[in-house]
Amino acid sequence: MSMRVVVLGATRGMGREVARRLAERGDHLVLLGRKQEDLDAAQADLEGRGAAEVVTRVFDLADADAFEPAIDAAASALGTLDAVVVTASLFGTQEDLEADLGVTAQLLDVNFTKTILFCEVARTRLMEMGGGSLVVFSSVAGDRGRRSNGLYSATKAGLSHYLEALDHRFHDQGLHTLCVKPGFIRTGMTEGLDEPPFTGEPDEVSRLVVAAMDRKAPMVYAPRIWQLVMLVISFLPRFVMRRVGF
Amino acid sequence: MAASDTVPAVTLHAGTALRGWGGLGVPGREAQGEDLRALTEGVPTLSRGMGRSYGDASLPPPGVTAVVGTRRANRVISFDPDTGLLVAEAGLSLREIVDVFLPRGFFPPVSPGTWFVTLGGAVASDIHGKNHHVAGTFGAHVQWVVMRVASGDIVRCSRTEHPELFLATLGGMGLTGHVLEVAVTLQNVSSPWIWREAMKVPTFDALLDGLETSSDWEQTVAWIDTLATGRSFGRGVLMRGRWARPWEAPAHFPPAGIEPVVPFNAPSFLLNDWTVKAFNELYYHKQVFRNVVGPVTPRGWFTPLDAVHHWYRAYGRAGFTQHQSVIPRSAGREAVRTYCETLAAHGGTGFLCVIKDCGAEGDGLLSFPEPGMSVALDLPNTPDTPALVDLLNEMTIERGGRIYLTKDTFTRREHFEAMEAARLPRFRAVRDTWDPTHRIKSAMSVRLFGDEP
Repeated sequence: MSMRVVVLGATRGMGREVARRLAERGDHLVLLGRKQEDLDAAQADLEGRGAAEVVTRVFDLADADAFEPAIDAAASALGTLDAVVVTASLFGTQEDLEADLGVTAQLLDVNFTKTILFCEVARTRLMEMGGGSLVVFSSVAGDRGRRSNGLYSATKAGLSHYLEALDHRFHDQGLHTLCVKPGFIRTGMTEGLDEPPFTGEPDEVSRLVVAAMDRKAPMVYAPRIWQLVMLVISFLPRFVMRRVGF
Repeated sequence: MAASDTVPAVTLHAGTALRGWGGLGVPGREAQGEDLRALTEGVPTLSRGMGRSYGDASLPPPGVTAVVGTRRANRVISFDPDTGLLVAEAGLSLREIVDVFLPRGFFPPVSPGTWFVTLGGAVASDIHGKNHHVAGTFGAHVQWVVMRVASGDIVRCSRTEHPELFLATLGGMGLTGHVLEVAVTLQNVSSPWIWREAMKVPTFDALLDGLETSSDWEQTVAWIDTLATGRSFGRGVLMRGRWARPWEAPAHFPPAGIEPVVPFNAPSFLLNDWTVKAFNELYYHKQVFRNVVGPVTPRGWFTPLDAVHHWYRAYGRAGFTQHQSVIPRSAGREAVRTYCETLAAHGGTGFLCVIKDCGAEGDGLLSFPEPGMSVALDLPNTPDTPALVDLLNEMTIERGGRIYLTKDTFTRREHFEAMEAARLPRFRAVRDTWDPTHRIKSAMSVRLFGDEP
């Protein structure tokens, strides 16, 4: 049975791959993205891969006033909504962020405040239409505070907490919340960074995410090995983390 | 065999960051991205797809540390189910094409022994497959290509627009420019299954006869046990197949199956005459019955080794190369037999020797296949390998044949020039027109085409 899905961030990286997996099984999609040119190319790609329908709309996660109109327009374009997928976020290295408070403020605002506001709008609309899935990309970085990415990981920690609470609060009312925690994935966001062990591919992430959407899981690590890695890391005593410079 | 005095122009090493599929490479990195136009804006030295060429074709020349990695630029631009015409970015792989389009009844017009090949790589190598005798090379099905040429301009070329550039690009090893987009006509298939017949054949002559009499089959290939000598020399397995008719195919779509990984390089003592002999015995005798007939998955039929990720590691840290040559039909059958006997005598320690009858030559200026018999053998890298490659190349030249550059690591420039004396001048002329200073080059082009390092 094909689904009607809104994807925010479908023009590149992991969002692009998730949208492709949905297209390949014949879903109806609304793509939200910043540039019409990128949206057009993504639309052609997804139609070529078998999407039943692709609608695009220019959208900026920094602009909270646009959230309700965008979700309303998506719902009326597709008739109804089965899922909203949020993969967009900003990234900066700790060094770059520390050097510029303005950039830091923007990252904190978009990744935390704006993302959560968008989730609030999306989940309200999904519940009005009888329930559905809210799928949001957080990160393994949110599981522990590390010396190397504290500002970025703080936004993801907050987001993960919010999504966990949302699951508890609205699960019985038909809202399925899926918190996606990718490990280090080769995308444009990580281009040029040193690759740690267990580096994953966006295509692998997308398959795990779509499978987790289908079985209505509340959380998924991708690649899978990161669940085990983070289990170990979550039990590391602080003095050990300090000693190894984690 | 005399020790080799070959000094390859580029020294390859094990364990480097950028490697050919044979395991050897150079230091450096891939600049990957989803936007090929942006990545190629300053006309970098070389583009690389999935790095499945065995030797140095996808490696940068000395002093250059980055190549463009195209595999993330893999958008479909358009697909027309009425004509099968697929237009896509150069990084789209055959594996993705199979995943996306086989359920809709379409398949790449030509499939080599791996699907881990990008469209850009398929064009640059002008790949061939088991259907060469009926379908020709991949290039025969390419309608046009969009390229970033050395001047920085973006040019669309085809058999009618800039035809010389187009034909030089088919099999041109990426040396004519960066391929950005490819338009290729997919094959409409009758079912997602292959109807396959495989039979044990006891002698070399019977094997060549089998290939010839099976030419009405869409796909043919044969495997020779190079370790079998004397009376059983040339014994092997003949395989032929075609797309199954709907009523012959199982009702379900071919399953994906599991994909094991070879986790690390095998210790070198594992690969010796005894293990290879055991492997070949098993391969020959795994067919308990003389003939096996029935439907198989396209994956099992076309790309049995893709199922084992990093299988090259079975060859250990020193890696391996392959020698693939085509012996033209005009040289006669005896020329193929003596060539294979030499392989058996000197290069026995390789797993599979694959032979395939090639059809008509394509229009790519440096495309590999020509009417005759293609013979391919994996060779583990040892200090003697360059000398063995020299010997095989000399025999190939004697027989009027040529080699497949995509598999090559050790060929010397003078041997390459002897094989390609008739075709090289035209290729060089096109390249000099579009890239007079040879801004686009590779480790292979320094070794074989005489580019300045």
